[in-house]
Amino acid sequence: MLDDFLVRAIIAGIGIALVTGPLGCFVVWRRLSFFGDTLAHSALLGVLLSISLNINVSLTIFVVSSLVALILLRLEKSTNLAGDSLLGLISHSSLAIGLVILGFLSFIRFDVLGVLFGDILSVNTNDLLFIWIGGGLILAVLFYIWKPLFASTVNYELAEAEGMNPERVNAIFTILLAALIAISIKMIGVLLITGLLIIPTAMARNLSNNPKQMVVLSIIGGLLSVFIGLYASFEINTASGPSIVVVALILFILSLIRIGKKNYEK
Amino acid sequence: MNTSDTLVRLSKAGIYKDKKWLVRDVDLEINRGKIVTLIGPNGSGKTTTAKIALGLYKSISGNVERNTQNISYVPQKVSIDWTLPVRVIDFMVLTQNLKQDDISEALDLTGVKHLKRSNLRDLSGGEFQRVLLARAIAKKPDLLVLDEPVQGVDFTGEVALYSLIKEISEKLNCGILLISHDLHVVMSATDYVVCLNGHVCCCGAPKDVAQSKHYKELFGEKSAELLSIYEHNHDHVHSSDGNIIKEIK
Repeated sequence: MLDDFLVRAIIAGIGIALVTGPLGCFVVWRRLSFFGDTLAHSALLGVLLSISLNINVSLTIFVVSSLVALILLRLEKSTNLAGDSLLGLISHSSLAIGLVILGFLSFIRFDVLGVLFGDILSVNTNDLLFIWIGGGLILAVLFYIWKPLFASTVNYELAEAEGMNPERVNAIFTILLAALIAISIKMIGVLLITGLLIIPTAMARNLSNNPKQMVVLSIIGGLLSVFIGLYASFEINTASGPSIVVVALILFILSLIRIGKKNYEK
Repeated sequence: MNTSDTLVRLSKAGIYKDKKWLVRDVDLEINRGKIVTLIGPNGSGKTTTAKIALGLYKSISGNVERNTQNISYVPQKVSIDWTLPVRVIDFMVLTQNLKQDDISEALDLTGVKHLKRSNLRDLSGGEFQRVLLARAIAKKPDLLVLDEPVQGVDFTGEVALYSLIKEISEKLNCGILLISHDLHVVMSATDYVVCLNGHVCCCGAPKDVAQSKHYKELFGEKSAELLSIYEHNHDHVHSSDGNIIKEIK
């Protein structure tokens, strides 16, 4: 059964949607979508390094993205640049460095579009293992730090005053984000992973009135996007990543109808 | 005062930032069962001092000694982003695990039990302050730090909440660090007053502080008169339902 690429893609997609749901909520709550983008862009660098050094792709992406995340956290404290300028600086520099390296690597066959937008055909059983084990670990750690992370999201100083360690959980969270990017690049691609992180979550926000509900709904939204997106990708032969994100967008637009109604009733 | 009852002790504590002192040389002691109030004009370092006591600054001058981990904090300003759907009931368990009964009891004490399932963003300013206070006391803390806890609360509510704060300090035997602008209400319920203006101007029992020269300079003759009038006219405290609950000697 795992020989069928569509089955593999769906299993991979389920694994990723289960993780993007809860992580996406924190990305939206903490206004980190540009941060997620930056980490994703640095993943291209990771992919190229892994090819030129011939080491595991997911692992290399994880290491590179984590490093970028930690550098960002560090720079945020020590420079006077605004957060978004800093992110733009790192994001585009890493993308540019990646593309320059790509120029040097002209002797190997390399599917740039696959890295940018995802390619279900390339998901093999090994990747599935990475996605599910990695995803499981991400969720386990997130579950473990949930309370302090949520508390520091609501109010940083309150959480710190009452004995939590916001700085540490923030750093752990950004590493989880890097890990998610590492396991999902093949499937969704560098340019679109943030879309899968925030669009189903934005849909869930329109429909929920408490944090847990929002997490559950964004997981459901992510799963639906993956199912329908992959199906469309298979039937009408579109790229997998964009198809998934387009479905997520359609779900988001549908959720606006509900919120429009609610406002009208008020 | 027994040393073991001291929850927090600041000795010559201060913050030097961007080439100026936000606050300096603060000596302060918060003991079990006592209410310490910080007063002072805007920008005099009240919130900064509270944050020093809470350990929210990495580098301070002087020394802070904290003998408890069980701390509750009501910050001066808490804003809830639209992206975050949080109900009162979710907010109550933000940093702590509580039984449903304890949640209801605390909300009942501050008069907002009916809002348990409301969204935080739908509350008015005063209602939100009551929820903040409820969350802080539900934990049954050893140390309670309240930064203008009754801002935006209506007048009757204000009096009721101050007497609740007084009641809590006695019932839980916890130390309270209170920041407030409501001079006359606060003074009646406070054990010790610290008057700040970048440094400690004067401190002591409320009555003594009101007599001090520094206090009059800071707040004007009028406020001192106000205070003494208040002290003379009232020799008891009302509970929220109007009953006399305590004589003040």
